Amino acid sequence: MNQLVSIIEPEVTLQLALEHGLTEDEYERILSILGRVPTYTELGIYSVMWSEHCSYKNSIAVLKTLPRSGKRLLVGAGEENAGLVDIGDGLAIAFKIESHNHPSAVEPYQGAATGVGGILRDIFTMGARPIAALNSLRFGELSNDRVKYLFKRVVKGIGDYGNSFGVPTVAGEIYFDKCYTGNPLVNAMAVGIVEHGRVAKAIAKGTGNLVMIVGSSTGRDGIHGATFASEEISEASEAKRPSVQVGDPFTEKLLLEATLEAIRAGYVVGIQDMGAAGLTCSSTEMSAKDNSGMSINLDKVPLREEGMSSYEIMLSESQERMLVVVEKKHENDIKKIFDKWDLHAVTIGEVTSSPKVSIFQNGELKGEVLAETLVLGGGAPVYIRETKEPEYLKRTRSFKPNNVPVPSDYAKVLLSLLASPNIASKRWAYQQYDPLIRSNTIVGPGSDAAVIRIEGTNKAIALKTDCNSRYVYLNPRRGGQITVAESARNVVCTGAKPLAITNCLNFGNPYDPEIYWQFKEAVAGIGEACNVLETPVTGGNVSFYNEDPEGAVYPTPVIGMLGLIEDHTKVTQSGFKNAGDDIILLGETRGEIGGSEYLYQVTGEIFGDAPSLDLNYEKSLQTLCLELIAQGRVQSAHDCSEGGLAVAVAECCFQNELGAIIHDLEVTYRPDFVLFGEDQSRVIISAKPADSQAILELSQGHGIKAKVIGRVTEKPFLNVIDKIELDILQAKGIYEKAIPVAVGEGE
Amino acid sequence: MSKVKFGIVVFPGSNRESDARHMAEDILGQQARMIWHKDSSLGDVDVVILPGGFSYGDYLRCGAIAKFSILTEAGLLPGVLLRNSSLKFVCKFIHLRVENAETRFTSKYAKGDVLEIPVAHGDGNYFTDADTLKRLDDNNQVVFRYCEPSGELTASSNPNGSISNIAGIINERGNVFGLMPHPEDAVDPVLGHTDGRKLFDSIVENVIHQLQPA
Repeated sequence: MNQLVSIIEPEVTLQLALEHGLTEDEYERILSILGRVPTYTELGIYSVMWSEHCSYKNSIAVLKTLPRSGKRLLVGAGEENAGLVDIGDGLAIAFKIESHNHPSAVEPYQGAATGVGGILRDIFTMGARPIAALNSLRFGELSNDRVKYLFKRVVKGIGDYGNSFGVPTVAGEIYFDKCYTGNPLVNAMAVGIVEHGRVAKAIAKGTGNLVMIVGSSTGRDGIHGATFASEEISEASEAKRPSVQVGDPFTEKLLLEATLEAIRAGYVVGIQDMGAAGLTCSSTEMSAKDNSGMSINLDKVPLREEGMSSYEIMLSESQERMLVVVEKKHENDIKKIFDKWDLHAVTIGEVTSSPKVSIFQNGELKGEVLAETLVLGGGAPVYIRETKEPEYLKRTRSFKPNNVPVPSDYAKVLLSLLASPNIASKRWAYQQYDPLIRSNTIVGPGSDAAVIRIEGTNKAIALKTDCNSRYVYLNPRRGGQITVAESARNVVCTGAKPLAITNCLNFGNPYDPEIYWQFKEAVAGIGEACNVLETPVTGGNVSFYNEDPEGAVYPTPVIGMLGLIEDHTKVTQSGFKNAGDDIILLGETRGEIGGSEYLYQVTGEIFGDAPSLDLNYEKSLQTLCLELIAQGRVQSAHDCSEGGLAVAVAECCFQNELGAIIHDLEVTYRPDFVLFGEDQSRVIISAKPADSQAILELSQGHGIKAKVIGRVTEKPFLNVIDKIELDILQAKGIYEKAIPVAVGEGE
Repeated sequence: MSKVKFGIVVFPGSNRESDARHMAEDILGQQARMIWHKDSSLGDVDVVILPGGFSYGDYLRCGAIAKFSILTEAGLLPGVLLRNSSLKFVCKFIHLRVENAETRFTSKYAKGDVLEIPVAHGDGNYFTDADTLKRLDDNNQVVFRYCEPSGELTASSNPNGSISNIAGIINERGNVFGLMPHPEDAVDPVLGHTDGRKLFDSIVENVIHQLQPA
């Protein structure tokens, strides 16, 4: 009975098109491209390919304003599955970040797991072996039981997939804010390494070459996942659980080994991961790239379930599959490799010279589409939406800092900041990830950025994901700049030169002019910072429609930063290392508390303006830090971020359980603003006293303010200008226990 | 002098083969070869490593170390490995006390040494019945126990709830060693931890000793 139901196809009408998420204009456009009414299968194909998720129709025009070239970039942004950056020695790093927000909102475990699986495939489909995974997560507040559940399951999903697959999960960030209650953000990043000349391309070329589907068989899971990602979360979303795919990391590991073996052997003409929109997206994008076509026989596709229609097979988002184009003479070679790894490798069609993808089932032509008309950069729609400066900014900008009450107990303020889930240790989460596997992790989670050794060289790469969405909410342009600047500063603190970024732009509904204004402004800010800091954009992902019935999330453009360390023996970490070292603050302290965690704790509001940022000053600061580290004068380096100077100094003490006396801090303004303000472009370093003079001189040469503000002590006790006196072990306990307690697992 | 040959068995679900290779080749300077689980013979190897990974176990033919759960499931070592008592995967550095330094895997340590070694597992909670536990103790088959940095055995130093803080055991013949922690991830000075190095040095020394005519 079921078999019949799925094979009888509904009549294609405007109404059905609207139900597929297409607009009336878009449906008209399909009619005119085809010169007829689409078949049901074709309607499915157009609807997913023209969904926001696949087409970037509302973002691409804005994204094209970003700096997307640089001498180290080996492929342009959006040209392949991931960005590719030259690191010398004939090696390149492939990296990309992607969202899996909506699946994670309804099925957090599988949503997060398949987010990791999908981004890993984007990396190894290029021939690169994954060497690191990162993530960036946003949830509502942990007092909410549903949020607790989402948080626990997302972390478990990320851990289980990455741990089983065997990629080290090395860094990430987690923030909690009410705006993410119904619509958490789950962004996953993967990083791989490949030798130049061994990079595989997502292209279908060579008439008569075979099209093979490899990996898992195809089921009904994930049908319309891409469309689901392109609408807001509502009560109806729960019913879309079947749109969430199910991941199998063991199969993915086998697929990795088989794919790399096939690419290395030279058997692969072109290859693309089947992620969003599955067979539809891979077949049409690969064809469009060479203006070729494909003839595909769906009867050959290995199926997991009986009676799947052409519509279902084309739209399935079953995981752990790839589409491969091979020369006929290598068909058996490919089969042999995949058979060794217990995976399917089945020929389902061939490359044709016509620019059409033709889909057959049971000897019947089920659809025939011009590949070019479907894809981004081809016939997919491109929109520039209306913008309007948001109303809320009037309210947030009316903030008067002096209305904030002066605290009576600064130590208490510091402890409550350290206990804030946004600042507290994320050990509860990252201890469920395996950052050690592959034996190359020099610095894992919990420091400013992760550092991974590049085998066979003296080099290492530094990696970081970062975004303070409160700043972006208060000032999208500057917030966008800060996101890039801070992620660059984080990798600089390890001794790495920032090379390039990938980004995951999480916003609300683009049809809302205020949201679109946030989007355009944030992208402009990111572009400005990338230009000054010389970190081009290699690609990434846009996720719109991050809204729940309460409203949109804060604009959250997450940056994934890649940095390069030439000599991995010079890696610097954030924790103070030796008692007696001088503590030096690089950068200006003005006492800016707009959008700070401190202000939120005192007022419960996200208020004021984002901290100011001078990009040229930032660039000089970063250059200075790198020179100081290269000269071997820096014992530790830590970025000042959420919670300000006091939190940063406390964090520097925690790692090696040392203490600090901060005695020489200029307090030109209110002490609470100086201690807890989140001024940008500041780094705390520690140094041997013998090196301090040289450090101050070099800083002056770069035009960066530098001052010895205190020293590291053996006794684990913190004294900050006699305003804060705190036992470090007690403070560390609070910092470590905050999240376990909030999820109900601490004492 | 000829090199010691490590055979690293790769099976669906294994994922620490590159760590084992790095340890054997780059750190110890010995030979390593990957053995696909479908291969019908282990070939010419001196030491077999079943690297970390997940329960997807297959077979085992001769003397070896590691991949605790495969060894227990195959009946080469007594007991079973259950879900961690926290019900969560855990990856962190823990402390191990050397309980038996008279094995061919631990001869370079001294009894009572405390090592800092990472664990990375979701199913590392070793359990066995009281009789077996007594036999393990009587035969000195418990090689490592989880402990505090001081060497004290406590519940809080036990990352997974293992009975009697057991982290690694050896068979009666002394040629099969199963352990949950990952000494191969504590051998490289660049990565900051080296307490696992002596375990592999012990193996190499004992293999060479065995190979040399008396």
